[in-house]
Amino acid sequence: MDFPISGQHISPIYLAAVGFIVGIFGGFFGVGGSFLAGPGLFITGLPMNFVVGTDLAHILGKSIVASREHLVRGNVDIKLGLIMAGGTIIGTEAGAQAIQYLKQFKMVNVVVGIVFIAVLILISAFMAWESWVTIKRSHVAELRLKGKSAPPAVRRFHEKVQRFKLWPMINLAESGVKNISFWVILIVAVVAGFLAGFLGGGAGYLRMPLLVYVLGVPTKVAIGTDLFEVVVSASYGTLSHAIKGNVDIMIALVMQTGAAVGAQIGVRLTEFFRGAKIRLAFSPLPLIGAALIVYGLMTGHQMK
Amino acid sequence: MKKATAKSLRAFAIELAIYAVFVTAYFFLVLHLLGEWLYHLEAQHRYTYAVVALLLIAGQAVVLDAVTALLFRFLRSRVR
Repeated sequence: MDFPISGQHISPIYLAAVGFIVGIFGGFFGVGGSFLAGPGLFITGLPMNFVVGTDLAHILGKSIVASREHLVRGNVDIKLGLIMAGGTIIGTEAGAQAIQYLKQFKMVNVVVGIVFIAVLILISAFMAWESWVTIKRSHVAELRLKGKSAPPAVRRFHEKVQRFKLWPMINLAESGVKNISFWVILIVAVVAGFLAGFLGGGAGYLRMPLLVYVLGVPTKVAIGTDLFEVVVSASYGTLSHAIKGNVDIMIALVMQTGAAVGAQIGVRLTEFFRGAKIRLAFSPLPLIGAALIVYGLMTGHQMK
Repeated sequence: MKKATAKSLRAFAIELAIYAVFVTAYFFLVLHLLGEWLYHLEAQHRYTYAVVALLLIAGQAVVLDAVTALLFRFLRSRVR
C-alpha cells in the first residue's frame, strides 16, 4: 500500500500486525508500547522524523480510549495531571524543535536512533533490577496470601524527594502524597514530555517509573495519570509534528486497526499477573525495540 | 477449565476472522478514498491537516474501541 504523505510503500498487514502487538503490550502493561512501535516503523524505511510524528498520532488514539477507562475507575489524579500538563507541553514542543534542528543537518535517523537505543537499554536494565530486588526482598508469596502487592525496591528515593522543600509545595490527596515541591513535578513532566516529542509515543516507559519512584504515586494511579498525560503530550505532539510535516496519518490509522483488538486482549491478560511480576516481564521488551533500531541503523535493511 | 479455555479460544478465533474482514473492507473503502484527499491537504494546508489528523485518529480510536468491545461481547454471549 502506498503512503504518499511520507512517500513510502509499506504492507498494511505489517502495520496492522505491529499495531496489534503494540496493542497487546499497551493493554497488558499499561504503557503505550512505543518502545516497539517506533522501531517497528523505523525498519520499514520510514525516516525517523516520520516515525516520531506518526507514532505520536498512533499512540494518541489508544491513550484516549485507555485514559477514559481509568478516569471512570478513578485511577487518575486529576490535580497532578493538570499540574503536569503545562510541563508536558513545554517538553513535547522542545522535543519537536530538536527534531526540526536535526532535520536541517540530515542527522535525525542517527541521533534519534542512538538516543532511542540508550533509553531503551537503560529502561530495561532498571526495570529488571528493580523488580528482581522487589521480588527477592519482600516475600512475595507471603504478601500474595494477604492479597497485597510487594512495595517497590526504590521506595526510599521518593521519600528523599518529598523532603526537598522548595516553594510552592503541593498536596496530592488522590495519590497519597502529602507534600511535594511543584518544581519536582514540573521537571518530571518536562523530561517525559521532551522524550515524547523527541522519540515519539507517549514516553510512558519513563513517566510511569518516574511517577512511582520519584513522586511516590501508587502504581495504579500512576498508570491512569500517565495515560492522561500521554493524551496531553500525544495531542500536542501530533499537532506540532503534523504542522512541521512529520506525520503520515494514514500509517497511524492503519496501525490503530490492529491496536484496537490487541488492547482488548492485553487488558484480559492482566488478570493473570500483577505487581513486580508485571515489571519483571516488561524488562526485556525494550531490548527488542533497541535490537530493531540497531539492525536498521547498521544494515539499512528494510522489512516491509 | 479446559472446556472453558477451548470455548474462549474458539470465540477469539471467530472474533479475529470477523474483524479481519472489517479491516480489509476498511482499507479498501475508507483509506483508499481518504488517501488522496489527505495527501493534498498535507501538501497545501498544513494547519488544517494537523487538526484533521488529530480528529481522525481520536474519532477512529473511539469508534474502533466501541466496535471491537461490542463485537467481542456479542460473540462471547453467542459462544456460551
